[in-house]
Amino acid sequence: MPETTSEKPRENKDAPPATASERVYGVGHTLIGKDYVTPDLYAKVTGQAKYAEDYHVDGMLWCKLLLSPLPHARVTHIDARQALTMPGVKAILTADELPPPADSLTDNGTVIKANPKSERALTLEPLYQGEPILAVAAVDEFTAAEAIEKIAIAFEPLPFVIDPLDTLRPGGPNPRMEGNLWMQPHPSGGQTPGPPTIGELKWTHADFAKAEHGQLPAGKTPDEWSYGDLEGGFNTAALVLDETFVTPDTSHQTLETRSALAYWQNGKVYVYTGTQSTAQTVPAIARWLNIDRSKVVLISEYTGGGFGSKITGGISLIIPALLSKKANAPVMMRISREEETFIGRARPSLMGRMKVGFSKEGRIQALDMFVIANNGPYDAVGDVPSSGRIVSLLYQPLAMRWRGATILTNTPPRSAQSSPGGLQGIIIMEPILAKAARRLGVDQVAIRRINCPEGKAPFGPLVNGKRPYATSAFLKQALDRGAELFRWQERVARTPKRSGTKVRGVGVSLSTYVGGTVGFDGLLVITPQGRVRFQSGIGNLGTESVIDVHRAGAELLGVPWEKCDVIWGDTAKNLPFTCVSGGSQTTHAMTRAAYAAAMEAKKRLQEIAAKTLGGKPEQYQIARERVFRKGGTGMTLAQAAQRAIQLGGIYDGHDTAPDLNKLTKASAAALAGQGLVAAAKDTYPRDGQTFSFVASFAEVEVDVETGKYYITDFLACADTGTVIHPRALGGQVLGRSVLGMGHALGQKWVYDPHYGAMLSTRFYHSKPPTILDVPLDMRWEALDIPDPETPVGARGVGEPPVGGGCAAILTALSDALGDEIFRRAPVNADTILTALEAGRPMQHPLMAHI
Amino acid sequence: MAVIRDVMPAFELLQPSSVDEAHRVLQQHAGGVWVLAGGLDTFDWLKDRIKRPQTVVDLSGIEELRGIRSTSDGVEIGAMTTLTEVMQHPVIQQQYSLLSEAASVVASPQIRNQATIGGNVSQDARCWYYRAGWPCYRAGGNICYADTPEGRNREHAILHADRCVAVNPSDTAPALIALEAKFVIRTRQGERVVNAEDYFIGPDIDITRLHILEAGDLLTSIQLPSRWAGAKFYFEKVRDRNVWDFPLLNVASALLLAEGKIERLRIAVNAAAARPLRLTAVENAVRGMPANAATGEMAGKVAVKGAVPLQFNAYKIPLMRNLVKRAIGGVEEAKWAS
Repeated sequence: MPETTSEKPRENKDAPPATASERVYGVGHTLIGKDYVTPDLYAKVTGQAKYAEDYHVDGMLWCKLLLSPLPHARVTHIDARQALTMPGVKAILTADELPPPADSLTDNGTVIKANPKSERALTLEPLYQGEPILAVAAVDEFTAAEAIEKIAIAFEPLPFVIDPLDTLRPGGPNPRMEGNLWMQPHPSGGQTPGPPTIGELKWTHADFAKAEHGQLPAGKTPDEWSYGDLEGGFNTAALVLDETFVTPDTSHQTLETRSALAYWQNGKVYVYTGTQSTAQTVPAIARWLNIDRSKVVLISEYTGGGFGSKITGGISLIIPALLSKKANAPVMMRISREEETFIGRARPSLMGRMKVGFSKEGRIQALDMFVIANNGPYDAVGDVPSSGRIVSLLYQPLAMRWRGATILTNTPPRSAQSSPGGLQGIIIMEPILAKAARRLGVDQVAIRRINCPEGKAPFGPLVNGKRPYATSAFLKQALDRGAELFRWQERVARTPKRSGTKVRGVGVSLSTYVGGTVGFDGLLVITPQGRVRFQSGIGNLGTESVIDVHRAGAELLGVPWEKCDVIWGDTAKNLPFTCVSGGSQTTHAMTRAAYAAAMEAKKRLQEIAAKTLGGKPEQYQIARERVFRKGGTGMTLAQAAQRAIQLGGIYDGHDTAPDLNKLTKASAAALAGQGLVAAAKDTYPRDGQTFSFVASFAEVEVDVETGKYYITDFLACADTGTVIHPRALGGQVLGRSVLGMGHALGQKWVYDPHYGAMLSTRFYHSKPPTILDVPLDMRWEALDIPDPETPVGARGVGEPPVGGGCAAILTALSDALGDEIFRRAPVNADTILTALEAGRPMQHPLMAHI
Repeated sequence: MAVIRDVMPAFELLQPSSVDEAHRVLQQHAGGVWVLAGGLDTFDWLKDRIKRPQTVVDLSGIEELRGIRSTSDGVEIGAMTTLTEVMQHPVIQQQYSLLSEAASVVASPQIRNQATIGGNVSQDARCWYYRAGWPCYRAGGNICYADTPEGRNREHAILHADRCVAVNPSDTAPALIALEAKFVIRTRQGERVVNAEDYFIGPDIDITRLHILEAGDLLTSIQLPSRWAGAKFYFEKVRDRNVWDFPLLNVASALLLAEGKIERLRIAVNAAAARPLRLTAVENAVRGMPANAATGEMAGKVAVKGAVPLQFNAYKIPLMRNLVKRAIGGVEEAKWAS
């Protein structure tokens, strides 16, 4: 039987039998860089972990949603009388019962005006098929569903558009009554700018002249920046390529859907849901419900995946909260897989066109980048601007212009998805780089090396006369190390490339994304029993950063990990001001905060010892769970904590530093008197913006008679600063690479543009990758070079590998098959086979959702 | 009235423990009754509230429908035997590996543990319009949404389309046709045995179903004759993902050679049309010829004669041509030096 039919992924027989990095991390550290068993592990693997749907409370009702069958319509009539008379039906919630959207206040006191055109949890003017219109609460889901079928509802259909190019055409339909894109308000006279408004952008017939031949029209765009001598760069280039490439819309498809349970107790709303960010979801819920944040308690111990779709939970969680108030009973809303497909967020497709001028060595002299995004109907995602910044950082073009537009359509709302804009920019760029290398006769690793960012690498346009830059970049080392581990030169030299019906190809990609923020708070308690309790406001979204970052604090205090506890998952448990877990910032931001809190604890321990035992604080050191000075005089941490309570004030949380966030201050106050309470803000300097980098390598084997291909090998070498937790890091480097691979392997949306209806509503249509689609023996390694701009040295890693995971597959495919096969992702058997038959790309690159 | 999906409505559940009992309840409830095997096809329909049977007859408690038995002329497979059992059975593996190979690439390991051979051959079409409840020809309406100027039809039919362009998605069906299997059906009139290829029907016969079962009929077993035991088999399924995917196309063949020449061939493909297609023109064309690449090339061209692509599925024509070619001439496997 042919091997191609086999379900078993091929194992690379040459590769060592490693499933993880073989490198030893954490040299010179006690906890940092060491593997350990996280305290949530057993609950997860034994099924005892409680996700939102696992909480059941007395008298709980269940709710179901009525979704719009149309892509754009106005609800003209709702008659729910029959439903409401059914036994067991308790309440119905419609859009007119939602609280008005609330303004929000930033930490520096700036008011952000609520946008009345933004997404609400329910609507009477659905802007995409599947948008929730109303919700029914009943004694069980069965009754709620039956009730929905008894609701008479009528719609007035309105114009709609699925493909952004269709609304940009002269006379094309608009997705919203007001237009097809957001316009930023112009600040005037020192007043708070209002929210963005919706405007209209149309291109000309001339712009579309070459669209029929697959070239992306480059009409006018609302946003543009540039630097350097673009024209000069093209004029002196040895090779100029001008290519169009289209990336797929892909749903986040977290295994845990955005279910939520809510009830009210003593004027507070208790919400149970999955979120990426525990502490920061409270203000989001408060804003959505238009109540004070002190009235919100969030319970989120475990989250079954977010990838950017649950950065602060989902706005839909206010539905059970409001129904609970109306029905005066707890309400559980379980989101089904079909509902999640509609409301669960997605990455926007980017249509991109890049004109790139190369020197004969392959250096990018000039890059003219043009991108438009299919945004869905609501708030603009940042993928379009992000794609420009990431491309400028990753390939360091000597001159660059970026233009972009984020176009509204009547498709489900998008949100950030792992490496938003980064993945798209990288997968548009990498096949061009691969083609240029072939044209110029330059090795694929060499062309990436010559364009690679290094050190304080600049990116984006001038800001106040200077281009911003990275804190550090060691990608060149990662590329070299990866090439060595992958035996790149050896593989490139192999002959033949084709044997029998199979063609082999090897691919390489650079990859990057943002990797850290600063300025958050750490909070810990040293108890009178001598234990150290870390208060963690990080979401438990599967990366383990919720626990990992505190190891940096524990190591600094010299406390054995067995004496440490981490409190997480419940905002009633007094958590500090914490970053959102998005943008791969947590490991960077919160190791800094944990370090700051541990430094604060250290300082207070020294002071307590000096106050109690005499001498000066700086004479005391902390080790082996004691604070002591030379000669042996000292006390245990338990004794110091007892003393802290006696001393009160700054020592036990009754006072706190003035620069702390008010949320941290409130939590410290609530913990006051429990021991030595140390709260501190991360005020460490940082020169530059933090990014992590990955060099990705792949090998594919394509059957030219069927078009089917297998990934036969994959390796990623990461530059993510100091390694905190190798096993979790490896999980991120390879797991997120697989997320990227899905965009090459087949993940997509299929839409019927005539009816504006999504056809890919099930996993077997939208095709997220499975574990059997990738090699079992994928390898990773991290450079473990500390970032010089953060005290612990660690940067974030979630998103940086994603673009490389996809682009390494694409460049391996073009190595195997040449440059005339695909001009879009994903690339499947149909793409390959029809192009091989015809000798040119056969799929129309600009046709969306096929 | 509003529509809601993904919540199963109520129905009466009957759980007979013998074929006789199942037959009896099916006759009693002939209209509005739904036969439940492994549930992989059924539960999608029920959860989406598109098929709304009043009564569901669950066959999982009927022990006599399970298992694989040797007969005087081959083997008999109970309709409720799981695909995992089919693929792991030693006699199937040794004598009829075409079927174990086909069963081994259905869906995913978890699904194969639950899905049955009877259900796999009786499953409904997976056209995304039809499955989403669109009122198409197959659903009793008067339009095919997949075959419109903007319809999305990458996974649809290239042969024998008649108003509806949905395909039969079964992987085991073409293998059973190639093995000359017989399907045993308990009908109102008594037991009926049909050839595998006659079990499946296209839209020209009945646009609302993919097989011949009438309301009240029960597929009880599938018999494999010994004639093709140990023949030279070929099975290949091409799909987007390596697991948990329906075929873009599959091919199954059984070849008997005499003195290097093709004495007899049975070959079928699926996912090309609304029924698995036995390619008799190919079978006839290659008789007496050597089983080599040249014969395969010729056979591939014969196979796709008359194929008509839709807007997004033209790739299925070279794919079917090449799969038929490989079934006869073999695959030239890669021999990498390093």
